[in-house]
Amino acid sequence: MAVTFSKWKTPIKEQDPEIRRSNFGEVCLGYTLEEGRTEAGRCLQCKTKPCVAGCPVKIDIPAFIKCIKEGDMAGAAAIMDQYTNLPAVCGRVCPQESQCEGKCTVGKMKDFEPVAIGKLERLVADWKYAQENMEAKPYEGEKKGRVAVVGSGPSSLTVAGDLAKMGYEVKIFEALHAAGGVLIYGIPEFRLPKKIVKMEIEAMQKLGVDIETNVVVGKTITMQEIMQEYDACYIAVGAGAPHFQGVPGTTLNGVYSASEYLTRINLMHGYEFPKFDTPAKKAHKVVVIGGGNVAMDAARSAKRLGAEEVTVVYRRSLAELPARIEEYHHAVEEGIVFNWLTNPTEYVDDGNGSLKGVKCIKMELGEPDASGRRRPVPVEGSEFFIEADCAIEAIGQGSNKVLLSTFPEMKLNKWGYIEADPVTGATSVPGVFAGGDIVTGAATVILAMGAGKEAAVAIDKYITEKKAAK
Amino acid sequence: MFKIVSKQKIAPKEFDMWVEAPRIASHAKAGQFVVLRVNETGERIPLTIADHCEEKGQIRLVFQVVGKSTAALSRLEPGDAILDISGPLGTPSEVEKYGTVLMVGGGVGIAALYPIIKALKLQGNKVITILGGRTSSLVVMKEECAKYSDELIVTTDDGSEGMKGVVTDAMKLVIERGEKVDRCWCIGPSIMMKFGTKAAKELGLPIWVSLNPLMVDGTGMCGCCRVTVDGKIFFACVDGPEFDGHKVNWDEFMSRMRQYKDEEKISMDKYIEEVGEETWL
Repeated sequence: MAVTFSKWKTPIKEQDPEIRRSNFGEVCLGYTLEEGRTEAGRCLQCKTKPCVAGCPVKIDIPAFIKCIKEGDMAGAAAIMDQYTNLPAVCGRVCPQESQCEGKCTVGKMKDFEPVAIGKLERLVADWKYAQENMEAKPYEGEKKGRVAVVGSGPSSLTVAGDLAKMGYEVKIFEALHAAGGVLIYGIPEFRLPKKIVKMEIEAMQKLGVDIETNVVVGKTITMQEIMQEYDACYIAVGAGAPHFQGVPGTTLNGVYSASEYLTRINLMHGYEFPKFDTPAKKAHKVVVIGGGNVAMDAARSAKRLGAEEVTVVYRRSLAELPARIEEYHHAVEEGIVFNWLTNPTEYVDDGNGSLKGVKCIKMELGEPDASGRRRPVPVEGSEFFIEADCAIEAIGQGSNKVLLSTFPEMKLNKWGYIEADPVTGATSVPGVFAGGDIVTGAATVILAMGAGKEAAVAIDKYITEKKAAK
Repeated sequence: MFKIVSKQKIAPKEFDMWVEAPRIASHAKAGQFVVLRVNETGERIPLTIADHCEEKGQIRLVFQVVGKSTAALSRLEPGDAILDISGPLGTPSEVEKYGTVLMVGGGVGIAALYPIIKALKLQGNKVITILGGRTSSLVVMKEECAKYSDELIVTTDDGSEGMKGVVTDAMKLVIERGEKVDRCWCIGPSIMMKFGTKAAKELGLPIWVSLNPLMVDGTGMCGCCRVTVDGKIFFACVDGPEFDGHKVNWDEFMSRMRQYKDEEKISMDKYIEEVGEETWL
């Protein structure tokens, strides 16, 4: 067999930008099995496996890629199942370029692109869900204990899936009416279809994980009640309190937090109004403030809702953009305009309480700040005006106090997040563990999953030891 | 699913329901609300918890039909179920023994005022209640409010019941006759709360209002319900719904309430096309 070892990744099909900018269908269409085998053939199966070290849940990447290459998809799925409960999600939204793919040996060779590990992971997951009788079997035998999980985002789903596999009775409490946390309300359909999230959650329910929605822990049930009823508890409620820059005009009609904008669209199907009752404003000219993935999601959603002009305003430059580069490229292809080194100074009233535009100021990069990035400083006299009937602030989130304010025993750090052991997730309250964004501040899906994985091990150890001591 | 136990029409466009929601019933306090979603395509809408019964595991919702979601809710019958109810949400009212409290309510706001009246009375306060409406049939829950009030004054714009006039006229009357009021609550339509606050200022009364801005999640996650109080941004769903009326930026609040007027009309028109004339209202 002739070796055709390409320098470049096997191209992946995507919806044409001209078409996709007006629909919410998934942008990336995924590999076919044949394309997947070709791409898998680029893996060197190197002994050092730097990709595994780069993965927060330590998936045996070369092993599942080898299976794909050999056409053994069931084998690939079985390997993946040992490490992750959310492969279809991770294959779509992980920042692979800075994790597994960023470490790939092939990618380190001059002019070579790394193996498309994320796309291969997605291929295996999508293949698995397309099969019948592929789901993991629930644990049989006597349950080892009861664990409550607060929140149903990626960290919670990971801890719940792992504990269920170990033999625990697991109950997830979710405040909203749908499980999935940020995967449902935050990440748009075009990047992560909700049916994918639902499939992964159903797979988990088949493992025996029980999910009760509409339960706001701290309000609908207290932590004290949970601690009486369960052997241990894992809190992963995310960092869900939107920040506002606080510039004048923030309460004008037409000014949104990205959380509201995206929740209306994703969780409440605002893009399908009036078939669904929750409206999402159809704006003509939209300004998005921020440079993370959430800002990209908001900008691209606005475009899909029919906005003629969508401008992203970011106070640093492209080099510092925190968003995934793939998402930035997608945004550019879809006609999103970027205003680098720019910050809003005021939302301007049209005289009737609605937004008419955003006053901005140009910035320049000064000395590095605490985050190590060069601090943006306003350039005096550089103010300018962008006409807009909608502005979306995507500048990050803080810790949500609904639960924490009713649980004073829980020690918080100076930013208001839960103080937890970075490895085990143990908190100041015995038996209560925590992980994900409520510990680290806003981070990535895969890091939240990594925390859930480690916490599952720690919770198992905690309960086993506690029971043995009795 | 949350089963509806009973339903009653108590005024034109106003309905009174008891719903099975044991977890909420065992934690609810005066001043709190729920966010509900009638069905799969529905909005998440906030409604006050008008009462609750822990033993029966039920909560009471009194609501006015203002748009499609409340219209759809009003068409459910006992035995039907509401798809999602989340709560109790918001910070409970500060119920203490103040001495004499003046409780002012109007429209569907009376349903929000009632549990606070009850809680304040059970704390041993002297409770003077003023309930107002355009006409007699719109002043709801009079007997129940009277049960926990030392005095109940009804005002109607048309004079069909009680005193002819508006609630602020009655507020002035109470103070003029020499009543020493320690704290006041005013809950009703925004315009009534705004003018109630203005009257309270003239009369030198501390006043608490319950704001009902647009909301989505109701747990402090989206920031849709932000209000300006004392020059600072607060989220009504978690910091409220009650605020010091004197510090609320009323014009901004009322402007934000109108944000989705066009969309609300589209929704309602489409719904009426589906279900026919609004005869049940």
